[in-house]
Amino acid sequence: MIRLERRLDRPWWLNVAVPAGSLAVALAIMGVVLLASGHAVWSTYRQLWEAGFTGNGAFSATLISATPILFTGLAAAVAFRMQLFNIGAEGQLYFGAVGASWIALQLGGHGATSTPLYVVAMCLGGGLLGAFWALVPGVLRAFAHTNEILTSLMLNYVAGYFLTYLIFDSSSYWRDISSLSGQTFPQGKPMPSGAEWPTIGTSVVVPLGFLVGLAVAAGAWFLYSRTRFGFEVSVIADSPRAARYAGMRTRRKILAVMALSGLIAGIGGASQIGDFTHTLDPTGLQAAAFGYTGIVVAALARYNPIAVCFVAVLIGGLQNAGFTLQGVDFPSGLVGVMQGIILFCALGGELFLRYRLRITRRARPQAGSTPATEAAS
Amino acid sequence: MERGAGPAGASPVPAVRMTGIGKRFPGVVANEGVDFEAAAGEVHALLGENGAGKTTLSNILTGLYRPDEGSIELYGEPVDFHSPRDALDAGICMVHQHFRLVEPFTVAENVVLGDHRGEGRRFLVHPASTERRVAELGKQYGLAVHPRARIWQLSVGEQQRVEILKALYRDARILIMDEPTAVLTPQEADALFGTLRAMAEEGKTVVFISHKLHEVKAVADRVTVLRAGRKVETVTAADATPHSLAALMVGREIAESQPLEQARDLSEVRALEVDGLTVPGDRGRSAVRDVTFSIREGEIVGVAGVAGNGQRELAEALSGMRSPSFGTIRVGGRVLRGGDPREAIRAGIAHVPEDRLGTGLAPSLSVTSNAVMKTYRTRSFSRGPLLALRRMREAALRIIQRYDVKTPGPATPVRNLSGGNIQKLVLGREFEDDPLVLIVAQPTRGLDVGAIETVHSYLREAAGRGVAILLVSEDLDEIRALADRILVVYEGEIVGELRTETATIEEIGFLMAGGENA
Repeated sequence: MIRLERRLDRPWWLNVAVPAGSLAVALAIMGVVLLASGHAVWSTYRQLWEAGFTGNGAFSATLISATPILFTGLAAAVAFRMQLFNIGAEGQLYFGAVGASWIALQLGGHGATSTPLYVVAMCLGGGLLGAFWALVPGVLRAFAHTNEILTSLMLNYVAGYFLTYLIFDSSSYWRDISSLSGQTFPQGKPMPSGAEWPTIGTSVVVPLGFLVGLAVAAGAWFLYSRTRFGFEVSVIADSPRAARYAGMRTRRKILAVMALSGLIAGIGGASQIGDFTHTLDPTGLQAAAFGYTGIVVAALARYNPIAVCFVAVLIGGLQNAGFTLQGVDFPSGLVGVMQGIILFCALGGELFLRYRLRITRRARPQAGSTPATEAAS
Repeated sequence: MERGAGPAGASPVPAVRMTGIGKRFPGVVANEGVDFEAAAGEVHALLGENGAGKTTLSNILTGLYRPDEGSIELYGEPVDFHSPRDALDAGICMVHQHFRLVEPFTVAENVVLGDHRGEGRRFLVHPASTERRVAELGKQYGLAVHPRARIWQLSVGEQQRVEILKALYRDARILIMDEPTAVLTPQEADALFGTLRAMAEEGKTVVFISHKLHEVKAVADRVTVLRAGRKVETVTAADATPHSLAALMVGREIAESQPLEQARDLSEVRALEVDGLTVPGDRGRSAVRDVTFSIREGEIVGVAGVAGNGQRELAEALSGMRSPSFGTIRVGGRVLRGGDPREAIRAGIAHVPEDRLGTGLAPSLSVTSNAVMKTYRTRSFSRGPLLALRRMREAALRIIQRYDVKTPGPATPVRNLSGGNIQKLVLGREFEDDPLVLIVAQPTRGLDVGAIETVHSYLREAAGRGVAILLVSEDLDEIRALADRILVVYEGEIVGELRTETATIEEIGFLMAGGENA
């Protein structure tokens, strides 16, 4: 009989061995799937690696995929660490994009050209609007004890429809109604040229947003490991009763953490506008589902902001390789299956970090405890 | 007292006979050599303090635990239960203190749910027939509850009736009730006693677990008293008095070996004054009612009482964990607003809660984090928003050393420490802050003898330094060993105030069980 036992201590090498083992298992399972669907296993894996990481321009493309999920992954991680399950990074990112594009258009209208000014203002505008959107479920949770998972999830749809409304169903400030193409097909106003965020590097092109994300990750790590705020968050996460007993203000912490989570997702929205799309694009944003991928990133990184950076690049690479691989003889469904298997194994491997397997011989049901009872049975 | 056929002698073969039952858990002997007999047609009370082994014994009878030794016979037939289901099939049902009911289901649905032999096994349920049967049973035994009502709509007393109906529906011959009146009003309790008597008159056996003396007198035919996992005696209820039962339950010989201290000279300064305090319980009713007392500096006041008589709520109100509905709390002359733990901490109230690991500590966090859990926001451990990690660690090492906390290191999660070391850590942390008042609840529950000694000596030392201590404990020996004065609580009220030097353990036990002051 196999039994699971809770680990009392966790040897350090386990933190490396378990993810590596999970990945190996995932690749093995995927190998079976590939064989069954008539693909060469080894060359598929090599193609995957090249397309995601080592190929010409592959890593630059991977960073583009990684940037938004770095933000949403951090947004999820900072909230989940306090057992506050903000599933709303998706909607908060939309609102961030709305806020950042409004600021950029305003600055453009006033003739601003300084790119640093644009970057700072867009991060602020996007972050604040994202935080505002996250505070809706935050306030409900803090004062009315509603379940933040449901409210934040539902608000994603509200945010999505709001985005669509701005561009498709109204003559809002964000919609382009002056240009010819804008009159034939609804689209957002193009950002002023100063609002395009610069990139760094030539052989590997790093978007500015990715660097901002790394800075946010470092900040989050510092906040959670070195400050009073982080200390309180860790106590509240572990035992809300103990936190109350120690005189911590749980309600304020819920509001602050939700706002922080929304702020980070909102900056992610600003980076989408500044780094990549340069216009408010409701269809593209909603199709990408960055917020939901971010939850997976945070879970894989065990809510550690530094680990989120690496996981975001890994998942970004996987997504990017998926785009490259898929074609006539490699359906996109297979790419999805592959990503799913890797995530499934990685999350399943978590079990072995917390428990150890013990194989015991099945205990025989003991015979009656006295001769008298034995006689009866 | 007139009661049906004489239970003991009426039928020669007892309904239940448990012989030489022993059950050990790691580090604890829950039952040892317990003999227990209950006749058909009898209400048999199982009396004992918390931890006396009543619940373990009934869990063995209902098949939840297998005894390490001993045997069980039902109606003369030896049985060997491998699972609760075997016991159910043999006609043994138990009504637990915490009900096993599905809230959104109706009464009839819950009743059918528990029956895995008849109705409950069918693919389609026939609510009408079940409802009819439930209504009939209800009428027969005076258990008024509408079969179609949903559980969440019912009061606690009505929910208990549903539990009993479940047992009756399955034709239980032996019903075990675990402290059934803990959640009832006196009127509901009287109605319940009527039902139990009616069941006994039909030839069923009712085992009634309790630690309230007057109830046992009111409902039982015979009483078996357990203490420290062993059977003390079985007596006929009619012949027993609350005093004699209290003496059996608490143990006379322990009382005699009790060191009686001389009254100490104490300062006249009152550190804690509580006036007219009323505190709501979890279920809305007041758990503490109009309580007034004070504690002087250096004085230890013990609160004696059976669990669930408002002690926990009192401790929580004093430490700010629970908002009082009326009354004032004064610490060092300053009135507290109440309901704010941070305010209580600032005023100088230290608190060692009953639930050390879930409330007093954050179990997965390190010894260091837990050592500064209340002081991290003071100037010694933080500069602006930043934490002084090194000083936190030093403070933890200081507590570890001074209070002899055995831990692999300050970074170990407290969950991995033993019970005694967990308590030493909590006490150390609370003392480090130089409190005026210490509220300590069940400080030695679950600890081994050595750790108990240490904890007691820490408490005495603190009192010597002038800390006013409120000691809430269900262990009367502990209260008598430490306290200068004893307050006895019953149903949220202080029913007696005794001086330790003069109080007898019988007197305390009698008051604790709701007896009128003798």
